[in-house]
Amino acid sequence: MKIPNYLQRFFEETGDISRFAARFFKEGFKPRYEFGELVRQAFFIGYKSLPLVGITAFIMGLVLTIQSRPTLVEFGAESWLPRMVSVSLVREIAPMITALIAAGKIGSSIGAELGSMKVTEQIDAMEVSGTNPFKFLVVTRILAATLMLPILSLWSNAIALYGAYLGANIKGIVSWSLYWSQVFQAISYSDFIPSLIKTFFFGFAIGVIGCYKGYNSQKGTEGVGNSANSAVVVSSLTIFLIDLIAVQITDLLGLT
Amino acid sequence: MENAVVREAVLVIRDLCKSFGTNHVLNHFNLELYKGENLVVLGKSGSGKSVLIKCIIGLMKPEVGSITIFGEDVLALEHEDLDRLRMKIGFLFQSNALYDSMTVRENLVFPLRRHWLKKDMSRVKTDELVLEALHNVGLEHTVDMMPIELSGGMRKRIALARTLILKPEIILYDEPTTGLDPITGKEIIQLMIDIQKKYQTSSVIISHDLLCVSMAADRVVMLIDGVCYATGTYADLRKSIDPKVKLFFD
Repeated sequence: MKIPNYLQRFFEETGDISRFAARFFKEGFKPRYEFGELVRQAFFIGYKSLPLVGITAFIMGLVLTIQSRPTLVEFGAESWLPRMVSVSLVREIAPMITALIAAGKIGSSIGAELGSMKVTEQIDAMEVSGTNPFKFLVVTRILAATLMLPILSLWSNAIALYGAYLGANIKGIVSWSLYWSQVFQAISYSDFIPSLIKTFFFGFAIGVIGCYKGYNSQKGTEGVGNSANSAVVVSSLTIFLIDLIAVQITDLLGLT
Repeated sequence: MENAVVREAVLVIRDLCKSFGTNHVLNHFNLELYKGENLVVLGKSGSGKSVLIKCIIGLMKPEVGSITIFGEDVLALEHEDLDRLRMKIGFLFQSNALYDSMTVRENLVFPLRRHWLKKDMSRVKTDELVLEALHNVGLEHTVDMMPIELSGGMRKRIALARTLILKPEIILYDEPTTGLDPITGKEIIQLMIDIQKKYQTSSVIISHDLLCVSMAADRVVMLIDGVCYATGTYADLRKSIDPKVKLFFD
């Protein structure tokens, strides 16, 4: 039986990405370490993403609260609004929104940057200059994305909860202290820790896929565009897959 | 024959083969580069010139053959030894390959800092070398500019300055005049000749630009059908009656 071409391409690419990720583990822990470049990438991936992630999270918290109120009012459970919204945000919405924003912003930027460096021979120039380009460009970016995504997710959680407070007070009145006491009563470590752990995997996936697409870019400037585009598409899909697996594992461990 | 001059070969290529699928780009290719010589490899587009130069610097691996530089077999070297050898070899990329995110100074400092042996160099010494390299190409004033702010000719000069900063003994030029107007192209070729005289470097110049060949070449090797088809001075080859050679000069 002949495997259809699109399936063959899918399996080939999955295999290539897996090998690329394995190379990260193989080369990433051997000296020479590129600390300077890692800090620079962490600054770009983490610090530079704070405004975008913050604004998105704030709006998400606000909108989620406004949209949830009518249903809760219908059941006479309006006072549960802070609890419900905070659990939804911390467990699922804030990490997912952060990861998807990062896939769009960071994934495309890594894909385009490395793709452009590849087609203009900058990666070859690095190798000739006594640098291992995989370590300098790829390992640092993957590591920075893996380490920064959880921090961005924490930031997103906090901002989204502020947005939710504002949302709760648009059509009702919830005092500042009551809101936060309800939020902290509702959230437990079993909500917070699994969602934080999965953001490491989100960051790793964004880094690996962005770097893979850029590092293997071909066909000139058209290839650079394709790399950036497919980095976003593939990493967004992978984030949903990781989330699905994470939810199943959390469920199996009885953390739901 | 007592007074015969023995020329020292700094680069020797023997029986080099490189294929992409069924396309045999290099087919038992042989070449020698002698100390202080400007050797131009002439061939049409797609003939394997860039593949050849990338095999020399170790960016591509040939299937068969040997490449010996200063007596060391490039293909047998471990990564660190290859890096050490690369310190003696400059490479001017066709697309210049300047790092977009770095200033001219950072572009020039990069190879200095990256090579293991020079990473502990002082800031003063580094600055001195940067300015010397920029002086050689007449662009000292661009030291804090970004590559995007420079013209095509200036970028080529900066790329050349970056190549020179490690004081290489061999320089590999990949199509140095491609994408430049004839006047700027001529200036770059003159610069290459001046550098060769000043530092006594040996050069392999990949080109299909006859102006470049006529100005810069001490010797020309014609890469046709993956082999060293003809060799000689520019004048010799120009007079050739071989139809494949004549095709280039007519």
